[in-house]
Amino acid sequence: MALLQISEPGMSTAPHQHRLAVGIDLGTTNSLVATVRNGISVVLNDENGRAMLPSVVRYTADGQIIVGEAAQTMQSQDTANTISSVKRFMGRGLHDMGEITRFPYRFVEAPALGKTAGMLQLRTVAGVKSPVEISAEILNVLRRQAEASLGGELVGAVITVPAYFDDAQRQATKDAARLAGINVLRLLNEPTAAAIAYGLDNASEGVYAVYDLGGGTFDISILRLSRGVFEVLATNGDSALGGDDFDHRIYCWLLEKSNLSALPPQDTRLLLTHARAAKEQLTEHGEARITAMLSSGVLIDHVLTQAEFFVLSKNLVQNTLQPLRRALRDAGLKVGDINGVVMVGGATRMPQIQQAVGDFFGQTPLTNLDPDKVVALGAAIQANVLAGNRSGDDWLLLDVIPLSLGIETMGGLVEKIIPRNSTLPTARAQEFTTYKDGQTAMSIQVVQGERELVSDCRSLARFELRGIPAMVAGAARIRVTFQVDADGLLSVAAREMRSGVEAAIEVKPAYGLSDADIMRMLQESGQHAADDMQARALREQQIEGHQLLEAVENALEQNGNLLNVTEQAQVRTQMHDLRAALQQSNHQVLKHATEALNQATTEFAQRRMDQSVNSVLAGRTLESIE
Amino acid sequence: MWLRGKFPSLATMSALHFDTQQSHFALFGLPPAFRLDLRQLERDYRTWQTQVHPDKAAHLPAAEQLLAMQQASWINEAYQTLRSPLRRARYLLVLHGIDTQEETNTAMPMDFLMAQMEKREAVVEAKRLKDVDQLDALNAQVEQEVADLTAQLAVYLDDTQDYPPAAAAVRKLRFMEKLGEDILAAYDEIESR
Repeated sequence: MALLQISEPGMSTAPHQHRLAVGIDLGTTNSLVATVRNGISVVLNDENGRAMLPSVVRYTADGQIIVGEAAQTMQSQDTANTISSVKRFMGRGLHDMGEITRFPYRFVEAPALGKTAGMLQLRTVAGVKSPVEISAEILNVLRRQAEASLGGELVGAVITVPAYFDDAQRQATKDAARLAGINVLRLLNEPTAAAIAYGLDNASEGVYAVYDLGGGTFDISILRLSRGVFEVLATNGDSALGGDDFDHRIYCWLLEKSNLSALPPQDTRLLLTHARAAKEQLTEHGEARITAMLSSGVLIDHVLTQAEFFVLSKNLVQNTLQPLRRALRDAGLKVGDINGVVMVGGATRMPQIQQAVGDFFGQTPLTNLDPDKVVALGAAIQANVLAGNRSGDDWLLLDVIPLSLGIETMGGLVEKIIPRNSTLPTARAQEFTTYKDGQTAMSIQVVQGERELVSDCRSLARFELRGIPAMVAGAARIRVTFQVDADGLLSVAAREMRSGVEAAIEVKPAYGLSDADIMRMLQESGQHAADDMQARALREQQIEGHQLLEAVENALEQNGNLLNVTEQAQVRTQMHDLRAALQQSNHQVLKHATEALNQATTEFAQRRMDQSVNSVLAGRTLESIE
Repeated sequence: MWLRGKFPSLATMSALHFDTQQSHFALFGLPPAFRLDLRQLERDYRTWQTQVHPDKAAHLPAAEQLLAMQQASWINEAYQTLRSPLRRARYLLVLHGIDTQEETNTAMPMDFLMAQMEKREAVVEAKRLKDVDQLDALNAQVEQEVADLTAQLAVYLDDTQDYPPAAAAVRKLRFMEKLGEDILAAYDEIESR
């Protein structure tokens, strides 16, 4: 650009070495993206100034994919194709979902992988979609939003997950990010992210409990903060308990009050939406009136009082207290050892939650950071450090694995290899042997959970060791190493110790996607990728056009006198053309108009430059005279 | 004592000191003894992790990320081993060439076994009656016995170098640890009903 270098507020003015990294809170209800700008963690708003993107994805018959508020408003009309709370389905099979009729979707059992069925899928008007693909659409919007806002490509992102997510749920989240073209710097536990945002903000020391009740998940983490180290002592929770369940209680109450049983999906969705609104109203008001017209013409009109709601949701609140006790015991602490309790997640706004948590810990919970934003803010701080943007003060995060990892032994029993709350990363080796002469292969089932029976735990993978040298039974010593990385993800390696042969391992993930799956999905979305590139080029051209217009306007205001009337008219004509081009979405037209205005102002720029040089020289002369 | 002094760079440190053949004690610059300063151990552990944790290598090439993960895992393992009296004693005995035979040696003193059976039954009974106070009492009893066995181990391992009775004490400690796990599971069950 020949004219002037003006950087617009909000555009990237950071030095070259700053690497663009973001923290993403991929929530059940809402998702957010944040970054560290000038040393401060900030949530990045969308072009309409909204921080929170509703985690809702709608597929249309003509192949459009709509994400966020626009999708959310269509939930009741186009229920089966408008997916909300997809996080609940991540890494889950149909049999995990309990009563599936509570969800207004058309589920498809995924093809079985080995012994266990795979992750559930949903049938939409645009075909069968996996929760991973649906989540990737949300991440895609956030990535583009961040790149537009930061003015460049991201080095990577920290994506938050509930601390109590198991390996399958974590792997599914990471797969979704890969599908959205995001380099995952780290999967970070949500309560830990909140602790970072909170702890660094308040320079806290001591033992803190983070109570995180989101839309569909519940976590409790006990952390010790001291001299720049965030050490998670224990974590517990329920990855299928959240604000959604409170909505569902109100929904059930409505059905009961209205003497209704099963409803068509769109009515279920409608009442759930009203139930959520009532729940939110009851945070500040003594009662909420719920009125809705069902598709059958039946009018629903009931008043729910806060006291009634407390009774309805009492069990749910109680269900969050048991993980609290477990986490304290695992950390070897008593209630009195906790210096502070941090509340995270929109659902912690409910007064009955604040009351129960306050009573349990015998202290008023801290709510000075926005419970909806604190996770994304903490993730951004972590992303900034992981991307290699050194912050002044160094700090360290030590997190744990939430659920024990084990293997199946004789009789369907679990032998624990890595106990829950082990600090990450962690590795353990276990030796196995053959039970038949000349046996050259063996199969090992890896499970995650606290129960003694394999059937009560989650099956993560079955892997087969092949190429074991033929020996007599019991002679082979096969050392299997279980490695859990800082994301909480498991990998397995094996070696026969006597011969030194690396046994070939074939891991068959029960719920994860294979690399081939990811490649296929990326190819299928190739059309989208091309669309994305065009959209990005257009967006960049628009930014350039706006910048140029602003610069010329400023220049005319300051030095319009440097141009005669005809010259000014020429410039203004070109400005008009560029404004018109900015109204359209044609990249080529916009590019031409921008170049034309640039051309038309080259002479103007030259004269301005001469004048400023003259005035500087003039200034000097004056100074030297004085 | 390189650990307490100024840290060398990660690269030289991994070349010089990061040897998975060295003992957990050597990793923390400690003499191989049962009695140790847990606070100092914790401080040194944190200093180590500040150097090698994968978060410090997230922006580096994949090979260095892998190295960081392996080193941090190893340090975690070493720290967890030294921090727990049972695991520390077992590890020291292995260094002295003694197998604690926890799976194979069942020749426990009769009075110890009887006392264990009684306590197990008491846990089951407390669980049935949902008697949290009784569980608290049992828990306190287990903690006291663990403390006594730990004191004995310090004498056998550090003062008298009397390893066979040390191995017997480790086997008893393993029983107590299992009992402690049963008590925690009983709390869980009582609360979940």
